[in-house]
Amino acid sequence: MTQGHPASPHRRAVLAASLFLVGVVVLNVFLFPPAQVGVILLSGLYQAMLFFLVASGLAIIFGLLDVLNLAQGAFFMLGAYVGFGVYRLLGEGLALGVRFAAALLAALLIGGLLGALVERWLIRPLYVRPLFQIVLTLGLAMVLREAVRTLYGPAGLIPIQPPAPLRTTLTVLGAQFETYRVFIIGMGGGLMLATWLLLRRTRLGMVIRAGVEDREMVEALGIPVGRVFTLAFALGSGLAALGGIIAAPYIGAYPEMGDVFLLNAIIVVVLGGMGSFEGTMMASLLVGLTRATAEQISLEYLDTPLLASVSILLIMILVLLVRPSGLFGSEP
Amino acid sequence: MTSPLLQVEDLHTYIGSQHILQGVDVEVPAGTVTVLLGRNGAGKTTTLRSILGLWKPARGRVVFAGQDITGWPTHAIARLGVGYVPEHRAIFRSLTVEENLRIAERRKGDFQRRRDFLFDLFPDLARLAHWPAGQLSGGQQQMLAIARALVPENRLLLIDEPSEGLAPVLIEHLIEAIRALSASLTVLLVEQNFHVARRLGVHYAILEHGRTVHQGRMSDLLAQPDLIHRYLGVTV
Ligand SMILES: Nc1ncnc2c1ncn2[C@@H]1O[C@H](COP(=O)(O)OP(=O)(O)O)[C@@H](O)[C@H]1O
Ligand SMILES: [Mg+2]
Repeated sequence: MTQGHPASPHRRAVLAASLFLVGVVVLNVFLFPPAQVGVILLSGLYQAMLFFLVASGLAIIFGLLDVLNLAQGAFFMLGAYVGFGVYRLLGEGLALGVRFAAALLAALLIGGLLGALVERWLIRPLYVRPLFQIVLTLGLAMVLREAVRTLYGPAGLIPIQPPAPLRTTLTVLGAQFETYRVFIIGMGGGLMLATWLLLRRTRLGMVIRAGVEDREMVEALGIPVGRVFTLAFALGSGLAALGGIIAAPYIGAYPEMGDVFLLNAIIVVVLGGMGSFEGTMMASLLVGLTRATAEQISLEYLDTPLLASVSILLIMILVLLVRPSGLFGSEP
Repeated sequence: MTSPLLQVEDLHTYIGSQHILQGVDVEVPAGTVTVLLGRNGAGKTTTLRSILGLWKPARGRVVFAGQDITGWPTHAIARLGVGYVPEHRAIFRSLTVEENLRIAERRKGDFQRRRDFLFDLFPDLARLAHWPAGQLSGGQQQMLAIARALVPENRLLLIDEPSEGLAPVLIEHLIEAIRALSASLTVLLVEQNFHVARRLGVHYAILEHGRTVHQGRMSDLLAQPDLIHRYLGVTV
């Protein structure tokens, strides 16, 4: 006989975050005509998904290894360049859809492989020196950025073309919206679900969650934790690289493209509670939708998009004042 | 006499720059409970961790079932059949009770049977199978930590201060459980509470300042109250 499931310890955080999201939507409805509300919300979701792809790796890696992997932004950028490269390499002969799918797959795989190598050869020797790891990942990000700048020039590459069906526009409540953004939202949502299932429903996920809590105990159960760490690191960097190529048809590929995403991803991870995957999902949505709303308000009333970044920082400060360990962080 | 299941010889371990273990010898004969005694800070936990490779010994040998495992990675040592029940009930708090057991599974397909056996042994755990382990009481968490070490068919259990912070009724329960276990496997038990230790231990070793100062049969130790008083501060 089992006694059923107890209340989730994070119920209040979920409730508060949900209320906040509803509040943002209501504010939109209140301030803008319906056509614009649809576009703002979709734009918020689209940003949320890209932040999530960079932030999820940051959260998993931080939870497991206590490493704030500041190279996540660089992996995002590399994903775009790798994808572009594969796309061009395959040439005109192939169908656009095939080239595009190959670009996504290549970014994911090469991003993951690179992440595994970085973990194995650069991060692992420094596990006992956390501060060095921050310096190391930051340095790695700079090296990768400069390498790309030298190889491909500072100007960036002209965006590649996604397949024709993704180049159309949709009409949302009477307003135009690029289909490609909906594709990003769908991909992001799908990856969110897939990663969540991986963490919650597979043995690897269980070992990762246990490793976040107590890696020595996992090792003492006979599980080679080092390999699990490498896999988790690869997963994180692979997702970021995939994010980069997904975003690339829209924003192009340029050496600094990862920086702004890294910054927002860090905010997302801190807001969600360092290392909590559910927190990261929730905080991505929060940050994406708030940014989109604040941007529109700011443009409308102040003639500058400045408020977008400010609003995020305000939310972060507010949440941290109430819950110093973030939305889903475990209280010490 | 057959050779012991676990033999620790002249073990030296540093933590940082501190020379914590300075010559630990312990012999754990197969099929019995050996208790590791000594005051707080004597090096008992460090000894267990060094056996498991969680600290890497600087000198000395750890021999398990005739194999020199000194310096092996922890997961490889565990896979030889060494289970660990650490101090302070280090269960995975965010995992459910059942997940805490499942993660310890080593051979595929074996889990259902082991889990049912363990749920029979600790009925509380069956009732709470789907609860996050962090919400269990202290006693239940201790049972879970022991049950987790029993999921694979281990040959040796290293148990660190299981009675710490438990109510007397639960301690009785625990003594019964460890007695039942020791029928089929070998136990090296760290136990601060001498009255618990004397009831469980067949053999003993006493540590002081990171060194083994005495070891032998518990019945011999009980005949030397002055020794017990000197090293453990207990009057029997
Ligand atoms: N992680 C650690 N870092 C520094 N010193 C430690 C650590 N663990 C144990 N020690 C020191 O090693 C000595 C032995 O500790 P321990 O093995 O935990 O003793 P016991 O389990 O017998 O109470 C103590 O002096 C303790 O302060
Ligand atoms: Mg101890």
